[in-house]
Amino acid sequence: MSRRKTERLLNLVVCLLATRRYLTAEQIRRAVPGYPESDDAFKRMFERDKEELRELGVPLEVGSDQDGGGGDEIGYRIPPQAYELPDIHLSPDEAAVLGLAARVWQRATMAEAASGALLKLRAAGVETDATTTLGIEPRVNTADPSFPALWEAVRDGRPVAFDYQGIGRTSVSRRHLEPWGVVSRRGRWYVVGHDRDRDETRVFRLSRITGAVAVDGRPGTVTVPDGVDVRRIAFDRGDRVAEPRPATVRLRAGAAQGPRRWARDVRDLGGGWDEATLTFRDVDRFAPYLARFADDVVVLDPPDLREAVIQQLKAVLSVSDVPADADADTNADTDRDTDTVPAGAAGAAGAAGTGTGMGAGGR
Amino acid sequence: MSGATGGGKAAATTSTGRLGRLLALVPYVVSRDSVALDQAAAAFGVSQKQLIDDLNLLWCVELRAPDPYCPIDLSYEGGEIIVTEAESIARPLRLKVDEASALLVALRMLAGIPGLQDRDALSRVIAKLETAAGAAAEVSSKVAVEVDAGGETLGRLRHAIGAGRRVHLAYYVPARDENTERDVDPMRLLMVEGNGYLEGWCRRAEAVRLFRLDRITALAVLDVPAEVPDGAEPIDVDAGLFRPSPGDEKVTFELTPRGRWVADYYPCESVEEVGEGRLRVVLRTPDTRWVRGLALRLGDQGRVVAPAWLAAGVRDDAVRALARYGMA
Repeated sequence: MSRRKTERLLNLVVCLLATRRYLTAEQIRRAVPGYPESDDAFKRMFERDKEELRELGVPLEVGSDQDGGGGDEIGYRIPPQAYELPDIHLSPDEAAVLGLAARVWQRATMAEAASGALLKLRAAGVETDATTTLGIEPRVNTADPSFPALWEAVRDGRPVAFDYQGIGRTSVSRRHLEPWGVVSRRGRWYVVGHDRDRDETRVFRLSRITGAVAVDGRPGTVTVPDGVDVRRIAFDRGDRVAEPRPATVRLRAGAAQGPRRWARDVRDLGGGWDEATLTFRDVDRFAPYLARFADDVVVLDPPDLREAVIQQLKAVLSVSDVPADADADTNADTDRDTDTVPAGAAGAAGAAGTGTGMGAGGR
Repeated sequence: MSGATGGGKAAATTSTGRLGRLLALVPYVVSRDSVALDQAAAAFGVSQKQLIDDLNLLWCVELRAPDPYCPIDLSYEGGEIIVTEAESIARPLRLKVDEASALLVALRMLAGIPGLQDRDALSRVIAKLETAAGAAAEVSSKVAVEVDAGGETLGRLRHAIGAGRRVHLAYYVPARDENTERDVDPMRLLMVEGNGYLEGWCRRAEAVRLFRLDRITALAVLDVPAEVPDGAEPIDVDAGLFRPSPGDEKVTFELTPRGRWVADYYPCESVEEVGEGRLRVVLRTPDTRWVRGLALRLGDQGRVVAPAWLAAGVRDDAVRALARYGMA
């Protein structure tokens, strides 16, 4: 982008800030150097310039004043009080946490906005030290491809449409949403809003949106109902929370360390086994968790949990009985790639991807 | 400026990006009376050459009508920038909605971390920023980030880092279903992908390691100074927390529509749609025990298809476990 254009836009801002009257396009053309002779070319260029200033956040006011030189003709000005950042003074500890906050965002969308904000605050006299860490470095990732479009839709109050692959669904479905907010918990992003197809409040997980998010209406047409707390909608699942129940289990001595973290009344039975009490709420979640420990955990009671673990293990067998040659095929397929070394493989990061994330509900 | 400014640099090369910088540069100098060229260049993340070009451009601003005049007067003689006439652009531009939101959402996230001692400063700066941003601050309430910071462990570790002390950890490794004990020389605390981590020199592994705070089952701050070796490099967490190594086993799962959550929760090397909502994913792991656990947890939501010996191992696990319930 040319230096001449930057210069022209700068002149334009200064000119419109300096005027109290609305300046007509023609007056602007006379005052600001750099506009072309031809009327058509000027009109096109001026239109683009106005658009650029609005994108930059410059409050361009359109109107007319009868007493001004332009008469009824539409003119432009930038009211200084709408343009100027109000005074802001931060103490050193406040500036330190602000600097920390500005470094939180890791990807383009918000990272760029954060550094833009910091620049303006520095320009207002705030001294932020970019190296302060306060002993902690928080980062927020917005790697989901749909994040920028959804944030813009929320910001502009604009309906969207997207393809969504819900858990347990055999195909994607087109969803139409009036988005109220985007929220993240434990590193995963969700969009909350009014689902136009279901006519209900719904939560969608960004990682399950496939393809592009399309705008599906005009800006300003989404109204967030009074009292809506997007955070609460996203994170309170609204399920009736079952009462906690005790379970009696046998744990192999020296094994099943995971359940032992929460176990009460662990007693040695001898013969390499302990008996313990665990607390759980939801059989459908707890049974798969216990099944993970194979023959290191045996559920004695209650019967419904015991039965659920048995069914879980039987389910594993039911899907693992496949013709031997099918396995061999897949294996051969995979083997071809085994000597591919992934980029950046030399890292020594602890295996963090092995969390205990329970399967998310099919929302 | 840190890594967070990567996107900002790209923007600074476009004309609106540059215009934004020019409009900030004048008030930056005005609010400080005078500023050294190198200091301003560093603050704006540009070279001195670029900065001088910016200053020249500002100096060239002129209006022709009704009477020609140059509203901005400045000099940078002797390497000190002084703005003697700034006219209408003496104050910075208001924050845009994106800008106010980026800072406010991040500040509120920080305020939600228990054990962070700077809560007071956080609430003050949030209030000041909300006032300064005005209407632009309103949308920020529609974005929220919550993190699991690991409770009081965070505060104690922060203290240990501040005091330069070694810590003793009892640490649960879910991948191996193991409790481990180790001495660690703490380096820094990180919040990544919604979880808190301690990065430190693990004296048992003799390497830099990340420890997820909610898996630290016991913590003792030792009366021993931390000794992080000079060569200990921080882990580049921006490249992803989990980085497979060449020796890792490559495991292929086939998932039913109900088992698709696996692709959300674990870093997959590849994810392939195989029709009717089924997925084929490839994971890499240094330890196949957790993969077997995952297969058991999946039940009929998915199965290991390769390598065959691992699929057989899962089958054996299920058979042995069922035997404990008196079922062959």
